[in-house]
Amino acid sequence: MSGHRGNPLWRFRGVAPSAGLFFAYLYLPTAVLIALSFNENRIATIWTGFSPHWYGVVLSNDDILRAARNSLVIAIAASLAGTTLATFAALATNSERFRGQSLVNGLLALPLLVPEIVTAVATLLFFVLIGLKLGIMTVIIAHTVFCIPFAYLPIRARLQGMDPALGHAAADLYANEWQAFTRVTLPLLWPGILSGGVLAFIISLDDFVITYFVAGAGATTLPVYIFGMIRIGVTPEVNAVSALMLMVSIVMVSISWLIGRARR
Amino acid sequence: MNASSVAVEAHSVTKIFPGKPPVHALEDASVAIGAGEFFTLLGPSGCGKTTLLRLIAGFEQPSAGELILYGKTLGHLPPFRRPINTVFQSYALFPHLSVSRNIAFGLEMRKAPRAEISGRVEEMLALVQLEKLGDRRPSQLSGGQQQRVALARALANHPKVLLLDEPLSALDLKLRKEMQLELKRLQLETGITFIFVTHDQEEALTMSDRIAVMRDGRILQIGTPTQIYERPEDRFVADFIGDSNFLDAECRGVNGDGVGFVLAGGGELSVADGHGCTAGDRVTLAVRPERIDLDIPDASRVTGKVENVVYFGTDTTYHVMLSGGTRVQVRVQNRTGSRPKLNPGDAVGIAFPPDAVQVLRR
Amino acid sequence: MIQALRKDARLRRWTLLAPAMLFIGFFMLAPIGLMAYVSVLERGEFGGVEWGVFSIDAYWSFFFERELDGSVAVNTDYLQIFLRSFWLSLVTTLLALLAGFPTALYMALQPERYRNVLVFLVTIPFWTNLLVRNYAWILLLRNNGLIDASLNKLGITSEPINVLYTPFATGIGLTYSFLPFMVLPIYASLEKLDFRLVEAAFDLGADRLRALFRIIVPLSAPGIIAGCILVFVPCLGAYVTPELLGGSKSMMIGNLIQAQFGASRNWPFGAALAFTLLAIVLLAMMVYAMRFRGQAPGETRQ
Repeated sequence: MSGHRGNPLWRFRGVAPSAGLFFAYLYLPTAVLIALSFNENRIATIWTGFSPHWYGVVLSNDDILRAARNSLVIAIAASLAGTTLATFAALATNSERFRGQSLVNGLLALPLLVPEIVTAVATLLFFVLIGLKLGIMTVIIAHTVFCIPFAYLPIRARLQGMDPALGHAAADLYANEWQAFTRVTLPLLWPGILSGGVLAFIISLDDFVITYFVAGAGATTLPVYIFGMIRIGVTPEVNAVSALMLMVSIVMVSISWLIGRARR
Repeated sequence: MNASSVAVEAHSVTKIFPGKPPVHALEDASVAIGAGEFFTLLGPSGCGKTTLLRLIAGFEQPSAGELILYGKTLGHLPPFRRPINTVFQSYALFPHLSVSRNIAFGLEMRKAPRAEISGRVEEMLALVQLEKLGDRRPSQLSGGQQQRVALARALANHPKVLLLDEPLSALDLKLRKEMQLELKRLQLETGITFIFVTHDQEEALTMSDRIAVMRDGRILQIGTPTQIYERPEDRFVADFIGDSNFLDAECRGVNGDGVGFVLAGGGELSVADGHGCTAGDRVTLAVRPERIDLDIPDASRVTGKVENVVYFGTDTTYHVMLSGGTRVQVRVQNRTGSRPKLNPGDAVGIAFPPDAVQVLRR
Repeated sequence: MIQALRKDARLRRWTLLAPAMLFIGFFMLAPIGLMAYVSVLERGEFGGVEWGVFSIDAYWSFFFERELDGSVAVNTDYLQIFLRSFWLSLVTTLLALLAGFPTALYMALQPERYRNVLVFLVTIPFWTNLLVRNYAWILLLRNNGLIDASLNKLGITSEPINVLYTPFATGIGLTYSFLPFMVLPIYASLEKLDFRLVEAAFDLGADRLRALFRIIVPLSAPGIIAGCILVFVPCLGAYVTPELLGGSKSMMIGNLIQAQFGASRNWPFGAALAFTLLAIVLLAMMVYAMRFRGQAPGETRQ
């Protein structure tokens, strides 16, 4: 395929411009958002100068900081829990096909298939029924549920890419099951686990719909808080905090991608 | 072969692929292939034979030089406008179409009438003996059957030239030999010019009208199988096709039997065609193992000692160390009984028939 | 017990799987079952539900309502919302396909080292906050927003564009939100495509357009279908985009559901709506799974 570059035979008309338009459409709004977040002026559409002023305002807002801390706590807890459960599950499903495999795959994928609003409603009703008070804990539980499949996929992929002969080699060299796992499987699997963990973290950090439904009064996360701000109106603070969230996400995704590429 | 019956010509065609470093796939290749010929491009992997084929098909453009089809320059004409069809090494059968639809594809592209298409498909299925398999999908066929569908699909369009890119390499030995005969028969029957790419020299020798031996992007020699085999001009050609013994020698000038040479380690022989050597020239001589005669040791001929005897049913190969230090292999057919006449350690005389020895370009 | 775990691979497998399965089972399957149950309960007097009191009022009110005088009338409001959701999802899917397929093809035709970068660029938006991304469109689309102000300044328009808070704006936002979901599966299909087949098509007289529609598209069909489902289904249940960009006149199913748990406090109705949405989604998934079970992108049905 690499021989196709520069070969006029493969120049399908309209494909390159379409791709260009696509990426422009995809990145323009967020680029605009980030640009405007540095607008000194209170009125978004009149540019008066470059200034990180509003970032300062945002970062000294107690409510925002509290929401951010909640988001972090929830994301760390949910991603840790989800990744751990996902690792176990990935290890369990790795070897040969077994009875009930489709059922297991289906259940593990369920959080991804069900529309978020449905999950949100169902989870809310459930917590009400069992009398669990809405708060940080309920959010963590709800987040863990969808963190599991997000962490599962990269871990599973990494596991499947591992040479099964390595396990046999370890056994041949007198390692028992536990030693083989800790000395061979786990170190090789580690980038996958890390990558899955970071992805789960990002997903939890960014989540809105489910959190909106099951967070109690004191468990406001950053996205929920931003939603409230947007409801009130367009302000430079919103621009700044939104741009901040964007940049954090992009940095985290890049880290995850680099981890995935590093130990290939 | 006169000018009007030349099907495909290449004039100093060069192809360089970009990269660090750039790949010189083809350098200054020139050849003229006659209409109705079974022409083979032969060489090891990376020699440029497939590149040349793809340039003729139109999948790549030459970096320099020209390609001409029946007198008209091909230029930048895309593959779908060239009256040339290809049988791909991987067959490249469309998995989502039936065998019949695959064969019909080219005709559908040229908007042939429905009746003509179905007629031609029937004809092709019969030609490659796959009559009842029209409705199957390619994945339901064996490798040999797929290969024949690929052939039928290409031939259905009555191309002026048929390109075949190592079409038999995926088949097992027996099937390959069958298909070789089959292809040869088809080519003679249809009269289409076949340009065949292979790395198998036996295949090339048995099927071709003419062969171009290639290496590292260059065409080394073009000739009929006999010419290539018996009169190799290049050390590589002599070595790649069949087996050869190589002897360093110095020219002694013309003598009664032809041109005389003295071998590096001592010993003399005469060569029928000296290729213009003059006394004092140092050259490499090539001689096939089966052309060397063994006899009793005689002071006036080249002598040596048998080192090793390898028996192989149909013939026996003697590894002989010449008195000057060079080793040669001599192959003798086992005619009279099955026991070789000579044993390791025996002294032996070597005779080189003058017309069996080739003078190679250095 | 440890000994038993050591010996029996099956026991070990299910032990490892248990935590994850139980967690999802308990916190997802059970809640969904509960939601189905709630949808057939009677609405509570001050909101909430009357546990144990059954009623199909929730589903009935999809189509009908009781007038003040007690008579029954057909209510098309909710139907309209459903239809609008379907329509918007369909349009979004189509637009995403038209934009996404050429892009995926472009990416598949690039040399390896560029392809990874492009995939990464397509993936990034997927991992950023949906709320924030849709907010960016508010900045662009609102009156006196970037687009309106620019058009005004260039002299193209003199009136406010009035795009925000219309179904049109929702459509723009939905397409924007789900474009990566269309591109990635199609790209996955195309990447596995054996382009030697396209060469063969060229060899047999097909020009680029014919090769595209006769060979490339049919062979990447699984990816195309996967992309369409991955866009259509989440679109149907979208909440954030119509909430931010659509306004009250362009409600979609998601907004309607949320309203039942906010101001309206009609939990059974909300549960019924959510369950219906889930049923539609699962139906679509099942159809897809049955038709294309076990096929990797790039394969075709035998």
